[in-house]
Amino acid sequence: MSVLAPCPCSGILDAARPRTERSLVGRLDPRTRVVLAVLFALTVVTVASLSALVLALAAAVTLAVLARLAPRQTLRRMLALEGFMLVVLALLPFTVPGRILAEPLGFAVSAEGLRQAAVIGLRANAVAVALMALVGSLEVVALGRALSRLGAPERLVHLFLFTIRYLEVLEREYRRLRLAMRARAFRPTCGPHCWRSIGYLFGMLMVRSLERAERIDAAMRCRGFTGRFPLLDDDEPQRPGALDWGFGAVSCLALALVAGLGA
Amino acid sequence: MPVEGARLVARKPSERRLAPAIEDKNIMAHIPDGVLSNPVLLAGTVVSVAGVAFGLRGLDPVRIPKVAVLSAVLFVASLVHFPAGLSSVHLLLNGLAGIVLGWAVFPAMLVALLLQAVLFGFGGLVVLGVNTMDMAVPALLAGGLFRLLWRDGCSQGRAAVLGAVAGGGAVLATAVMVALVLALSGREFETAARLVVVTHLPVMVVEAAFTAAAVSLLARVKPELLARQP
Repeated sequence: MSVLAPCPCSGILDAARPRTERSLVGRLDPRTRVVLAVLFALTVVTVASLSALVLALAAAVTLAVLARLAPRQTLRRMLALEGFMLVVLALLPFTVPGRILAEPLGFAVSAEGLRQAAVIGLRANAVAVALMALVGSLEVVALGRALSRLGAPERLVHLFLFTIRYLEVLEREYRRLRLAMRARAFRPTCGPHCWRSIGYLFGMLMVRSLERAERIDAAMRCRGFTGRFPLLDDDEPQRPGALDWGFGAVSCLALALVAGLGA
Repeated sequence: MPVEGARLVARKPSERRLAPAIEDKNIMAHIPDGVLSNPVLLAGTVVSVAGVAFGLRGLDPVRIPKVAVLSAVLFVASLVHFPAGLSSVHLLLNGLAGIVLGWAVFPAMLVALLLQAVLFGFGGLVVLGVNTMDMAVPALLAGGLFRLLWRDGCSQGRAAVLGAVAGGGAVLATAVMVALVLALSGREFETAARLVVVTHLPVMVVEAAFTAAAVSLLARVKPELLARQP
């Protein structure tokens, strides 16, 4: 136990502590997971046959099971495609010309349109599930480090790490300001008064957080920050182990099968 | 309580990841994978890579905390939903982002979209370039327009009007770009593309009022933030 009281929110930067029980995907090197997610997305986007996409979705669901994602949450996210994308999918059977299957209320539904809607729905969900299973289950800091080791620009990685750090800080600050507004009997309604008030709220949040950033900057310079983070816990990246090579090989095989079916 | 957005703290401290409390609500204007055609995807990626590279080159390492703080504010704000008519809307906030971030808006948007795709499942991986372009290019234009017309010591009213134009204009431009990207991917998306523009009109109104208020407050309290890139 440390002397300082443990803060539940400070854990986000504390990626070094090992989890007690980890899933198969959880034991993979973060770099393996990022590379696999990118390969998966690229393969799925180029494939157009329905059977190949069903296989890809099955592979994504397998990954989700291996990553031990919460099933209900995953399902809800899969179904919750973006509002306007649902509209896009719903419109496709009516806008794509082709063999007409039915004419409800005088609008022709084409087979090609239905097929294209199915292709898009399968692709979007397969990529979303695989991304959540492989990368979403990763600690965000580990993701930042993995991106850095895979050759992402250092400044971009720093921006990424700082942003996720401040998200929590700002969210708390935001709630404090909201509480102050509620104490003054502010209620969100539909109208310019509410929009303006929330505008002021975020303007104030910006001012406050910028002043905080200035203090952070001063403190970091005091500690000799020159634009680089020395990583204390794992400056020596581990070489990918047998598990990574094995998992990578099996996944590449599955992707080749998907691509072969789609060609 | 519609304006009870962003709960970014994981419910269980052991979970140690950002968890949204509003997963069922969508953030608009992000196209998922599998919709766009390959040439469009490639063009979007090229534009975004160039923009991010240029934005990063001008980003002094000691300025990174400031840019990160601002992009985190904008990220939190884009999760809040506003009552507008019968439903509620999410703000895009790219106009405000362009005003306060300048060219750094490209990397900031990329980070925000990556986080949204990975954590919430909004948007995709291959379309990340197109989505970044759709958000950042209007932001950059709005910010440039604002900086062109804003001088130190302008009145608050002028700041509010410029903010409203930049905020509303950036949303409209984003909607038009999303529509164009869809329409270029295939004729069958043209109806949907028109629909995208129409559904963004209420967002534009709310966002114009929001940005006007935020910018006029900044002009009063911290005018140096508007004058130059932080």
